[in-house]
Amino acid sequence: MSKSIEQKSVKFAVLFALLVSLLMISTAHAGKNWRAEGNSKASEMAQTGGMCVRDTADMRRNHMDLIQHDRDVTVHQGIRALDGSLKGCVNCHANKQESGEYVPVTAMSGPGGSQFCASCHVYTSVSLDCFQCHSTVPTE
Amino acid sequence: MKTTDQTDHKRRDFLKTGVAASAVTLAPGIVMHTAEAAPRDKAVDSSVRWGMLIDSSKCASGCDSCVQACNDENGLEAYSMPEGADPEKWDQQRPKWIRSVTLKDNLSGRISNLPLMCQHCENPPCADVCPTGASFRRADGVVMVDRHICIGCRYCMMACPYKARSFIHENVDIKPELAPRGKGCVESCNFCVHRLDDGQTTTACQDACPENAIIFGDLNDPNSEVSKALAEYPSVQIRADLRLNTGVRYSGI
Ligand code: SF4
Ligand code: SF4
Repeated sequence: MSKSIEQKSVKFAVLFALLVSLLMISTAHAGKNWRAEGNSKASEMAQTGGMCVRDTADMRRNHMDLIQHDRDVTVHQGIRALDGSLKGCVNCHANKQESGEYVPVTAMSGPGGSQFCASCHVYTSVSLDCFQCHSTVPTE
Repeated sequence: MKTTDQTDHKRRDFLKTGVAASAVTLAPGIVMHTAEAAPRDKAVDSSVRWGMLIDSSKCASGCDSCVQACNDENGLEAYSMPEGADPEKWDQQRPKWIRSVTLKDNLSGRISNLPLMCQHCENPPCADVCPTGASFRRADGVVMVDRHICIGCRYCMMACPYKARSFIHENVDIKPELAPRGKGCVESCNFCVHRLDDGQTTTACQDACPENAIIFGDLNDPNSEVSKALAEYPSVQIRADLRLNTGVRYSGI
């Protein structure tokens, strides 16, 4: 009898801890101002009032359309002078470590916490297939 | 839902003026194209057909400069054998965009060496069989794989008469920015398409060849170096009997 109560309270404690940590993650995510915390070109731009190729809300919602459209145009028609490119995203949004080395945009830690792509994609659990082939750091 | 077909015209126009001055009219009808490197802003079209003439009589035995240059340009060697793999099998399946091939004429015993890469067929069997449309021929004659669409079935590898294609079996160590590549897709020579789209007109193998055995250019332009050379010297298509009208031709075989 006492054993089952003990089991129940353990279960409850685990559930409670889960709930609290979930809440913490979600509030942390909602409050995250990625650009202000990093040292990428985009962060610098944000401080001087610069803007991405679209405004932030548009990019958050539609970046995948932009990337997919441009990839087709580039691969099949050879057009590379486009305002949207995955390379462009990475070049602008990659942070540097103190050593001067770039941190992959898919990394979970680094300057400002989880990095540009990872910060949302991990949270929303949307897998990032782009980087199976594309570079996660600027290489130029 | 928003469609994907949206362009920012202001920025487009700005980019256009940036690259406009790449052709100079010398006299009516004669236009000099300067090889000014600028990213392409118009779709490729069939007024150009990229092609190559390779003079195999210049290929010294054992020279692999073009193979090495291709490997470096496209990052083909940034690929390591997983633990426990069979080294022989691994070596056989390494990605190779150019193979160094030795031919022997059984009658005369004459040996010739040549680099064999994707022949950029006008009627490419690889594109014919591809179930997804990933293997395709671009309007300017470059045959390539759209890795975004490739499902890695390797049907095209079986269809290619030149063994030009490779499958990537493992994760690559470095993903080159200019030639993104990864596990699970088929790939082959694409005439250094990232260079062509950047306004350059040479391939890595051509630049590396110490004997100038490779001439690359526009087959549709009668004044291009490659067209002139094709008009001057006898050349063959490998397996011409297949009537694929290859973009890569050989002389001195
Ligand atoms: S050589 Fe092979 S890979 Fe290249 S176009 Fe012809 S069939 Fe396709
Ligand atoms: S491996 Fe890829 S490119 Fe080749 S036939 Fe299959 S889907 Fe097409």
